[in-house]
Amino acid sequence: MMELSMSLLLPLTFLLPLAGTLILSLSNGRLGECASATVGVTSMGLAAIVTVLIALQYIAEPQAYGVTLWRWISVEDFQPSIGLALDGLSLTMLGIITGVGFLIHLFAAWYMQGEEGITRFYAYMNLFVFSMVLLVLGDNLLLLFFGWEGVGLCSYLLIGYYYEHSANGWAAFKAFIVTRTGDVFLAIGMFLLFFELGTLDIAEILRRAPEVWAEGDPTVELAALLMLGGAVGKSAQLPLHTWLADAMAGPTPVSALIHAATMVTAGVYLIARMNGIFLLAPDILELTGIIGALTLLMAGFAALAQTDIKRVLAYSTMSQIGYMFLALGAGAFDAAIFHLMTHAFFKALLFLSAGAVIVSCHHEQDMRRLGGLWRQLPLAYAGFIVGGSALAALPLVSAGFYSKDEILWQQLASGHGGLLLAGMVGAFLTSLYTVRLIILTFHGKPKSDNARNAEAGRGLVHGVPLIVLAVLSTFLGAWIDPPLENLLPAPAEGEESWHLVLELVAAGVAIAGIAVAAWLYLRRRGWLAKHTSMGWGAWLWTFWNHAWGIDELYDRVLVKPYRGLVRILRRDVIDGACNLFAKLAWLLHQGLSRTQTGKLRFYATSMVAGATLILLALALMP
Amino acid sequence: MSGVPMEHGLVLAAMLFALGLAGLMFRRNMVFILMSLEIMLNSAGLAFIVGGTAWGQPEGQAMFLLVITLAAAEASVGLALLLQLNNRFKTLDTDAASRMRG
Repeated sequence: MMELSMSLLLPLTFLLPLAGTLILSLSNGRLGECASATVGVTSMGLAAIVTVLIALQYIAEPQAYGVTLWRWISVEDFQPSIGLALDGLSLTMLGIITGVGFLIHLFAAWYMQGEEGITRFYAYMNLFVFSMVLLVLGDNLLLLFFGWEGVGLCSYLLIGYYYEHSANGWAAFKAFIVTRTGDVFLAIGMFLLFFELGTLDIAEILRRAPEVWAEGDPTVELAALLMLGGAVGKSAQLPLHTWLADAMAGPTPVSALIHAATMVTAGVYLIARMNGIFLLAPDILELTGIIGALTLLMAGFAALAQTDIKRVLAYSTMSQIGYMFLALGAGAFDAAIFHLMTHAFFKALLFLSAGAVIVSCHHEQDMRRLGGLWRQLPLAYAGFIVGGSALAALPLVSAGFYSKDEILWQQLASGHGGLLLAGMVGAFLTSLYTVRLIILTFHGKPKSDNARNAEAGRGLVHGVPLIVLAVLSTFLGAWIDPPLENLLPAPAEGEESWHLVLELVAAGVAIAGIAVAAWLYLRRRGWLAKHTSMGWGAWLWTFWNHAWGIDELYDRVLVKPYRGLVRILRRDVIDGACNLFAKLAWLLHQGLSRTQTGKLRFYATSMVAGATLILLALALMP
Repeated sequence: MSGVPMEHGLVLAAMLFALGLAGLMFRRNMVFILMSLEIMLNSAGLAFIVGGTAWGQPEGQAMFLLVITLAAAEASVGLALLLQLNNRFKTLDTDAASRMRG
C-alpha cells in the first residue's frame, strides 16, 4: 500500500511542473499575465504539497524507495531505466527545490508584474524545476545527466530572458559554454564508470566500486576527477566560476532559484551522491577541499569590490559553495548538504530581498546609487538583516552559523589546518562584504532619484515568501535536520573539547568582521573612499572588481587565440583541396552547358560525329 | 532482280543515307530537314530489302513495312511541328526556335 502510493507520488513531483510548462508553452500566448502566473505558481504549489506528503511517508518509514517508470533502451546488458530513487539525500534536495522553488515562484508573480512575456518566464521556470527534480531523483547517472543538461538549458534560457539587450545574450552564451565544459568532463566520467563497471545505476556503482578498485586506484581517481570537473562547472568553482557573476543578467527570481538555491548546488549534490567513488580517490577529495578554499577566498575578495547588489550576492554564492566543497573535501558530506540547505534558505531570502529593492527603486541595482532605504523598505531591510546575519554566520541566532560551524569543525577534526584557516579568513571576508552590502544599500543618504522615490512592495505575494524564508534563515531553519543518517559516510571524529573553542573562535571572527565593517563603512567612509581611489588601493579595487582578472586571463589565453585560429582556418589547405572537386565540377558544367546551343543542325552534326567516332573505334579495335 | 549484285544495292543505300545526312546537317529549312529524314529512312529500308532479297529471307520486306509505318508517323509529327513553327515564328528556319537552348 505504502509502496503503491509512493510510486504515484514520486512521478508527480516532476510531472506537475512539466504539466505547468506544457500548459504555458502550448497556450501560444493566449494566457494573460495573471493566468500565466497562476498556472506557474499552482503547479509548483502542488509539487510542494506532494513533497510534503512524500516527506511524511518517509519520516514514518525511513527506507529507500525506488520506482521504475519504464526502460529507456535495451541493448543486451545495457538497460538504463527511467527510474526514481528516494532516500534522505534526494528528499532533502527535493524539499529545497519544491519548497524554496514554490516561494520563489510566488515572489516572481510580484517581481515580474508588468513585464513582457510572463508566460515564457513561468514556462522556463517550471521546466527548470522539472529538470532539477529529475536530476535529484534519478536512480541512474543517465537520468541524472538528463536533468543536469536540462537545468543548464533552462539556466541559459532564463539568463537571456531579457533578450533585447545583446549583453544578456552573451552572458547566457558564456554561462552555457563554460558549464558545458564541465559537463563534458562529467559525461566522460560517466562513460569511464560504465566502461569499468558495466552499469549506470548509482546504487549499483557504489556497491561495485569498492569490489573492483582499491583505494587510490588511478582509474577511480580519474573517474572522480572527471566528476569533480562536472561539479566545478555547474557549481561555479575555480577555475570554471566565471559564468556565475554574468548570469545575474537574468531576472532576480531566476538568480534566487537557479543561481543560488538549487542549480549551482547540483555539483555538491553530485559529489555527495557519488561519495563512494570519491572516498576511493582520497587525492581528488583533497583537491575538492582545496578548490573550495581557493574559491571561497577568491570570491570573498571579489565580493568586497562589487558595486552591483546582485554581483555581490553572486560572489557570495560562489564563496558559500566553496564552503560546501570544503566540507566535501574533508569527507563531511552531511555537513555539506546541511550548509546547502541553510544556504538555499538565506541566499534565496537575500536575492528576493534584493529583488524587492530593485523593483522598488525602479530597476536600480547599483549600490552607489542606492542608500537610505531602510525606512521606505522595512520588509526588504529585515530580509537583508536576517539573510545577511545568516550569511555572515552570526552566532546562535542564524541558520548559517550552525552549518558553517559544522564545516569548520570538520576541517579541524580531519586535520586540515590550512583549509580551516582559509575558512576562517573567508568567514571574516563574508562578514565584511555582507555589512558593506547592507550599509551601502540601506543606510546613509539616498544617492539617486530612484532611491529617493522608492515604493515599497505590497501584498501577500510579495510578503509571504520573504517572511517564510526569513524565518527559515534564523536558528529555526537550522532545526530542520536533513534525514541523512546511515546514508552518507560518517565524517572524522575529532576531540570534542576543541569543538567549543572552535565555535568561540568562529563566532569571534564573524563578529569581528561585522564590527570592523560597521566601523569602516559608518565612521571611516571618507578614509575608505580616499584609499580606494588612488595608488595601491585603487589598483586592488579594480583587480578585485574584475574578480582577480580571471575573465581577462581567459579572454587572452583562450578566447582571443581561438578566434585568431578561426580566422586562419577560414582559408585552410584542406578546404582548398575539398573545394577543388567543386571547382572541377563547375568547370565541367561550364564546358558542357556551352554545347547546349539550341541549334538543331549542331546537334545532328554532333550525333554524326559521335557515331562516326564509335564506329571508327569499333573498326580499328583489334 | 538477281542481276543486280547486293553490293550495288548497298552502295546505293549508303549514298542515299549520306545524302540525307548531309541534308540534315546543312539545311536550315525545316521542310528540307524532314525530307532528308525521309530519305535516310528510305535508304535504311532499301538496305533491308537488298539484304532480304540477297539471302532469300522474308524479314527484309517485313522490316521495310515497319520502316514505312515509322516514316508515316514521323512525317505526321514533323509536319505538325512545322505548322506550329510557321505559326509562331513566321519562318521555317529551325535556328529561330533555339530560345530554350535545349
